[in-house]
Amino acid sequence: MKLEELRFGTELLKRGFASMQKGGVIMDVVNADQAVIAEESGAVAVMALERVPADIRKAGGVARMADPGIILDIIDAVSIPVMGKVRIGHLVEAQVLESLGVDMIDESEVLTPADEQFHIDKKQFTVPFVCGARDLGEALRRIHEGAAMVRTKGEAGTGNVVEAVRHMRNIMGEIRSLQGRNDQEIIDRSRDLEAPPDLLLETVRMGRLPVVNFSAGGIATPSDAALMMQLGADGVFVGSGIFLSAEPERMARAIVEAVNHFDEPSVIASVSKGLGEAMKGLDVHTLREDEVLQYRGR
Amino acid sequence: MFTLSGKMRCSSIVGVKIGVLALQGDVSEHISAFSRALRATGREKGSEVIAVRKAAQLSHLDGLAIPGGESTTISRLIQKNGMHDPLISFGGGIFATCAGMVLMASCVDDPRIKPLALIDIDVKRNAFGRQRESFEADLEMADLAGPFHAIFIRAPVVTRAGPGVEVLARIDSGIVAVAQGRHMALSFHPELGDDLRMHQKFIQNLEK
Repeated sequence: MKLEELRFGTELLKRGFASMQKGGVIMDVVNADQAVIAEESGAVAVMALERVPADIRKAGGVARMADPGIILDIIDAVSIPVMGKVRIGHLVEAQVLESLGVDMIDESEVLTPADEQFHIDKKQFTVPFVCGARDLGEALRRIHEGAAMVRTKGEAGTGNVVEAVRHMRNIMGEIRSLQGRNDQEIIDRSRDLEAPPDLLLETVRMGRLPVVNFSAGGIATPSDAALMMQLGADGVFVGSGIFLSAEPERMARAIVEAVNHFDEPSVIASVSKGLGEAMKGLDVHTLREDEVLQYRGR
Repeated sequence: MFTLSGKMRCSSIVGVKIGVLALQGDVSEHISAFSRALRATGREKGSEVIAVRKAAQLSHLDGLAIPGGESTTISRLIQKNGMHDPLISFGGGIFATCAGMVLMASCVDDPRIKPLALIDIDVKRNAFGRQRESFEADLEMADLAGPFHAIFIRAPVVTRAGPGVEVLARIDSGIVAVAQGRHMALSFHPELGDDLRMHQKFIQNLEK
């Protein structure tokens, strides 16, 4: 086997990596200790950050890629995949994370966008990307740019699941509504959705997005996580919900089990007992328009 | 005729029942690949492929796939769901890919994983490196005519294979495919591709 016969960074390897995350919980962590707790609790991957989204909201100012030192500490501490966030359109932050050995890059609205017109051309990278979406058109535009995984945007750092639910229902409902339509009608609809027509045809044929679709942005309890799974998510990202809760380790384990047993209410009941307080949370309707993260990137 | 769970059944009449361990990982890809492999070999009649989430489902199966995913997570869920001992005493063949191979080993280089020790191998996780080092390659495999296009994603390798273990493929010095009895363990992911020869070989072994 010669090294030059190996192929790296193909679409299949990128989407395949995302498939290995299915049925799992990806947890936001800000240091090596939290990463170890996440791994021991059964997380399939960790998202390495300088601050969790709720603290990014509080801190204000421009939110950027984390300090590479923090990311390297976390990479050294765990054997599960490590993901990192970059600003929308900030291709150099993405190049930096790739050079650090991050396994997947989240081009995320949680950070302050660096480009108001273009997302990163993700096909130029060896590592796979995940991107947020609020509806089917947005999801397919990101896949067209090379995203190997999609997540609902929800509204990060609120501990309020309502936006994640809205976005998952938007995506799944649109796919269901196009079942049984002919190609001409689907292509017509692709113009309204501003979606690449070929990708929309493929999605309708498969009855689901052609890449793994996780849920994110407001999941704070085991029941929230199971709700997103019942609505059709392939897995969940939990941001502030774990390490801002009263007992992070128990919350982490409980959410992992709730995702595993998402259709067994008695198991969800038993893991939810005595978890202490979940993160306080925010009513999305009290946010000023410039505080709403999901409007970033489209 | 072949023996299953102590009972004799005739394969041409009952078909093949295959389960996919559905705790975490690329479960639907395995279900789809086995369904395609059964169809391609004309075995679909009376056969079925199901997702397995409870130990009680194991007793009805001829074969089981343990999918790719995160081995630490799957190992933890096997323990939590009381499936460790039932999997060890499972009477059929097991088809394990990537994380599945890690779980089949006697010994793993990570104390957080409690392997099932169903194949006499030692396994090193993420042996080729991180995701940027994941690769596709054409492998020469024992018993297969022509190369097998293999997809390695943060893949493990076998660092020791016991005397009863058949080595099916290597990359340099690392063993990436093994069989022992009716079990098969692969570092790579045939379920993500279109080449179903490994699946067909596994199904044929179940019928022996």
